[in-house]
Amino acid sequence: MEKDLARIALFAALIAILGVIPKIALGFGVPITAQSLGVMLAGAVLGARRGGLAVLLFVFAVALGLPLLAGGRGGLGVFASPTVGFVIGFPVAAFVTGLVVERMRMVPPAISAGLGAVIGGILVMYAFGTVGMAIVLKKSLVEAALLNTAFIPGDLLKAGLTGMLVAAVAKLRPEMLPWYRASGQRI
Amino acid sequence: MISLTSPVRTWAHGWPAGVKLAGLCLATMLLFAIQDMAIQVAALLLVALLYCLPGRVFLRSGLTHLRVLVPFVVILLVWHSVTDDLVLGITVILRMVTAVALANLVTMTTRLTELMDVVRRLLSPLRRAGISTAPLEIAMPLLIRFAPVLIERAELMFQSWRARSVRRQNWRIVLPMMLLALDDADRVGEA
Repeated sequence: MEKDLARIALFAALIAILGVIPKIALGFGVPITAQSLGVMLAGAVLGARRGGLAVLLFVFAVALGLPLLAGGRGGLGVFASPTVGFVIGFPVAAFVTGLVVERMRMVPPAISAGLGAVIGGILVMYAFGTVGMAIVLKKSLVEAALLNTAFIPGDLLKAGLTGMLVAAVAKLRPEMLPWYRASGQRI
Repeated sequence: MISLTSPVRTWAHGWPAGVKLAGLCLATMLLFAIQDMAIQVAALLLVALLYCLPGRVFLRSGLTHLRVLVPFVVILLVWHSVTDDLVLGITVILRMVTAVALANLVTMTTRLTELMDVVRRLLSPLRRAGISTAPLEIAMPLLIRFAPVLIERAELMFQSWRARSVRRQNWRIVLPMMLLALDDADRVGEA
């Protein structure tokens, strides 16, 4: 119980620093903040429930005024800005990512985590983000979705990275992945 | 750690956090319900006045927090001048800026502990229903305490990367960061 709680809190902190540290060059030298990578990883590593709670804690801390979002943003203003949908979708995205990973125990972790990140971290996240943007900017859903498409390639890249990182964790420290241990796939 | 609260103390700091939050909710709902442009302009001017009152330092720090909206303002202006309904576009921009500015105002004038207290009070029905809110009260300080620690450690990792490799640091650094954070968590959990 305490261990769970500590992991949730520390993962929330990890998501925060992924947004704060100098932008990591992902592959092609395109600097993208790694914050949504953190959300995908939370679900894929901790599983649906704990991952979702970790991200929920993170969003909660942002709402209370900690500048933890990428670029040092935070506070209640975030929830009135056009990106509100993404922030609200963060916990759900992590939860769905975890759900996919927990359901696909027969496939290698790289694939289940990558796919989970695409479904949770991209599909679900953009669904929320699009609705939020449509409301704040008073656009139709299609128009709002159009405004968001520019960021999808970067997020696809991050989903791939999630797969690779989780595969590495599964190989190095399988006991870190509760869902993986439970599947009895240990080599 | 840097904070979003205001560098200057204002009269609004003394107000109860719950009242400010409730007022913010109400004002934001009204802003989104009203379509009239004149009222939106008036609302923005009113909020601007609130920013000016505590003095120049406060105003400047407030404007810094609003800079993130600039790209959206540009997009909306371009979009609506193409679709030929600039009036609607400007109304949307006014409303967005006012709503965010107002919410930031609450964040800038309210301490974290006060907001935590409001949350605790709002959650009290849950406690009465038998659901413990203690985990939240433990997890929050943990997050606040460990974020700077993890940042420091990330800096160290970046330094050692630079010392050993000519290549730029890339995403691979996330793996040790994550493993160490989870290791820490297990140690904290045992303690």
